[in-house]
Amino acid sequence: MQPEHAHTAAEAVVAATSLLRWIPLLPLIGFGVGVFAASTNRRSLVHVTGPGSVLLAFVVSVIAVSQLWALPAGGALVDNVYTWISVGMLKIDLTFRVDALTSVMLLIITGIGFLIHLYALGYMHDDADEARFFSYLNLFVASMLVLVLADSLPVVFIGWEGVGVCSYLLIGFWYQDMANADAGRKAMLTNRVGDAAFLIGMFMLVWALHDLGAASLRFEDVNRMAPQLGAAAPHVVTAVCLLLLIGATGKSAQIPLYVWLPDAMAGPTPVSALIHAATMVTAGVYMIARLSPLYVLSPAALDVVATIGAVTALFAATMALVQNDLKKILAYSTISQIGYMVLGVGVGSFSGGVFHLMTHACFKALLFLGAGSVMHAMSGELDVHKMGGLKKQLPTTRWTFLVGCLAIAGVPPLAAFFSKDMILEAAFASGHVVLWLIGLAAAGMTAFYMFRAYFLAFEGESRVDHHAAHHLHESPSTMTIPLMVLAVLSIVAGWVGLPHGVLWGDRFGHYLAPVLAPHDALGHHEIGGGTVLLLTLVTTGVAALGIFVAYSFYLKSPGTADRLAERFRGVYVVLWNKYWVDEIYDRLIITPYVIFSKFFWKVVDAMLIDGVVNGAGVIVGKTSDVWRRLESGNVQHYAAAMMLGAVVTCGVYWWLS
Amino acid sequence: MNVPVENYLVLAALIFAIGCAGVLTRRNVIVILMSVELMLNAVNLTFVALSRQLVSMTGQMIVFFVMTVAAAEVAVGLAIFLAIYSQRRTVNADEISLLRW
Repeated sequence: MQPEHAHTAAEAVVAATSLLRWIPLLPLIGFGVGVFAASTNRRSLVHVTGPGSVLLAFVVSVIAVSQLWALPAGGALVDNVYTWISVGMLKIDLTFRVDALTSVMLLIITGIGFLIHLYALGYMHDDADEARFFSYLNLFVASMLVLVLADSLPVVFIGWEGVGVCSYLLIGFWYQDMANADAGRKAMLTNRVGDAAFLIGMFMLVWALHDLGAASLRFEDVNRMAPQLGAAAPHVVTAVCLLLLIGATGKSAQIPLYVWLPDAMAGPTPVSALIHAATMVTAGVYMIARLSPLYVLSPAALDVVATIGAVTALFAATMALVQNDLKKILAYSTISQIGYMVLGVGVGSFSGGVFHLMTHACFKALLFLGAGSVMHAMSGELDVHKMGGLKKQLPTTRWTFLVGCLAIAGVPPLAAFFSKDMILEAAFASGHVVLWLIGLAAAGMTAFYMFRAYFLAFEGESRVDHHAAHHLHESPSTMTIPLMVLAVLSIVAGWVGLPHGVLWGDRFGHYLAPVLAPHDALGHHEIGGGTVLLLTLVTTGVAALGIFVAYSFYLKSPGTADRLAERFRGVYVVLWNKYWVDEIYDRLIITPYVIFSKFFWKVVDAMLIDGVVNGAGVIVGKTSDVWRRLESGNVQHYAAAMMLGAVVTCGVYWWLS
Repeated sequence: MNVPVENYLVLAALIFAIGCAGVLTRRNVIVILMSVELMLNAVNLTFVALSRQLVSMTGQMIVFFVMTVAAAEVAVGLAIFLAIYSQRRTVNADEISLLRW
């Protein structure tokens, strides 16, 4: 398939191809095979098609991206599959499009997705529902690919809902346990809130564009029309941005809709790694970056985005400080890290947000898979206080986990050192000093809680109980190979985005620049090299401090943490109870909502509506009971009545004429 | 010989009235059926008479329809009466008031 080039005067080079549809189609076929395998109990089939379909999608993605790179900067590949909706002025095509931003997401989803599928082969090997698991996982990858390949908001919404459904299915994968099924429902319902806002935002956008005579939801059109829309209706732009942001907070687990993500750890660990760390939860960040030309027109909305991101980053980090469940620590850490990404896009550093998205996908998938490997070895135990000294039995897991911890803490020259720095630098440069400080504090906490987890789990004395200690073993190679690959990625992924002027500089930012709104759209003032160096030193210092505190608390003199918790009992209790956010939501929203629903069920529906409907029936019945006495059953009476009627009718007619 | 159309109409009205009285007063369903035939033929007579008077074939055409329908009706009616007779040993209209409350 040779792409045919179509040049237009002002626009970038767009090459048509029919290759792109295969990227989501391959995992979708894998899903079909998985369903077949699950319903006919052919488990061995999914061992091939599960990871295989994603690997093929990865290969096709690589081909597509290499074709993209052959085009001049700012080019795109477009695959127009068919017209989905055509109403009046509005025409929505099912069109896939690969540009610089999509290419990054494509490689993350299919590349890391494949590694996680490979890992799941080992992890889920003993599960009887393996086929069902892989079919869901394939469906997820297909939906996620639709989300990032879509060239218009409605098509994004297909993927957006698809990943939501898969998230629900996979969180509640072991549905036999009620708690897991509840966690799935919680994720689904929390996301519905965001999705509703997303839809309203989308409708509002098309409505506003229709008024300008350009009803379209294609990103290209929306971003091209954005300045005109901003001039004509600035409030609409702010409203649309905020509504889409609510959608993003649902999917990307930000305040106020983050509550589902910690519970989502009920799903199998590969799911946590793939969906709730690397890919799906970053969809909101992706969407904001995609619509960056729209967002830059509303500084108010961007300030809200940045504030939500920074506050979430700190808020989630504090909750991660005291968690004992390894996966819960990682879950809060994920919320916190996505907070950084949202902060990044909020302060106008769209490429910084996407950069952190990419590095985070590598090291967080690594950390989750490492946690899964520990869990595998510990027969399901996840409490870090019941681990300790695991480095002897799990050498590969330990080393890779350590790399992940160093990467997330921001130790140079690992991934997050560059990406987190870029975001904090942008926050500082854009004048959001408070947000920068919040981000800095969260960075210190990140280093602390990750190394707390690491020291408690892998270093020090073993606190493993005898029963579990007996079974301790390193995981099979299908699990350790993805760990090693991800560890390497966690080290090198940041090297594409060095600070300005250092070696090759910010290649990543340059690569994305044609599709994102420029920095200076927000009036950024460039900061000098000396300030950048200082900021970097401060951030790194804070991270080092976090690691050192964790070291002294949990390794050098264990018990310090307990004494501190005793001393600041109030703070500890608040953190331990996660600020009672779940309880507050329960009181403020869920309980009133249930009461409200019960009112409508018992009173409005059962009494009012049923009363009217049944009452109508009863009235008809009672009336008929009287009238049916007229029916004698004798045909001659009926005939007489008929004749009388005919005579009367004729009489009336005669009398009238 | 030219009989005026009024004569036909009066005759038809008389026959119709006789049939009508038969339908309403006789108990035996076969007689009722015969009375119905009388009424139908009274109508046929008016049709033919007026058809001639108005020099239009439509009336005569309708007569054929009426005769066809009447034949069909008799066939169905007699079959029903036979069935009822074999069940209930009666063909009196007031004794077979089955469709009653």
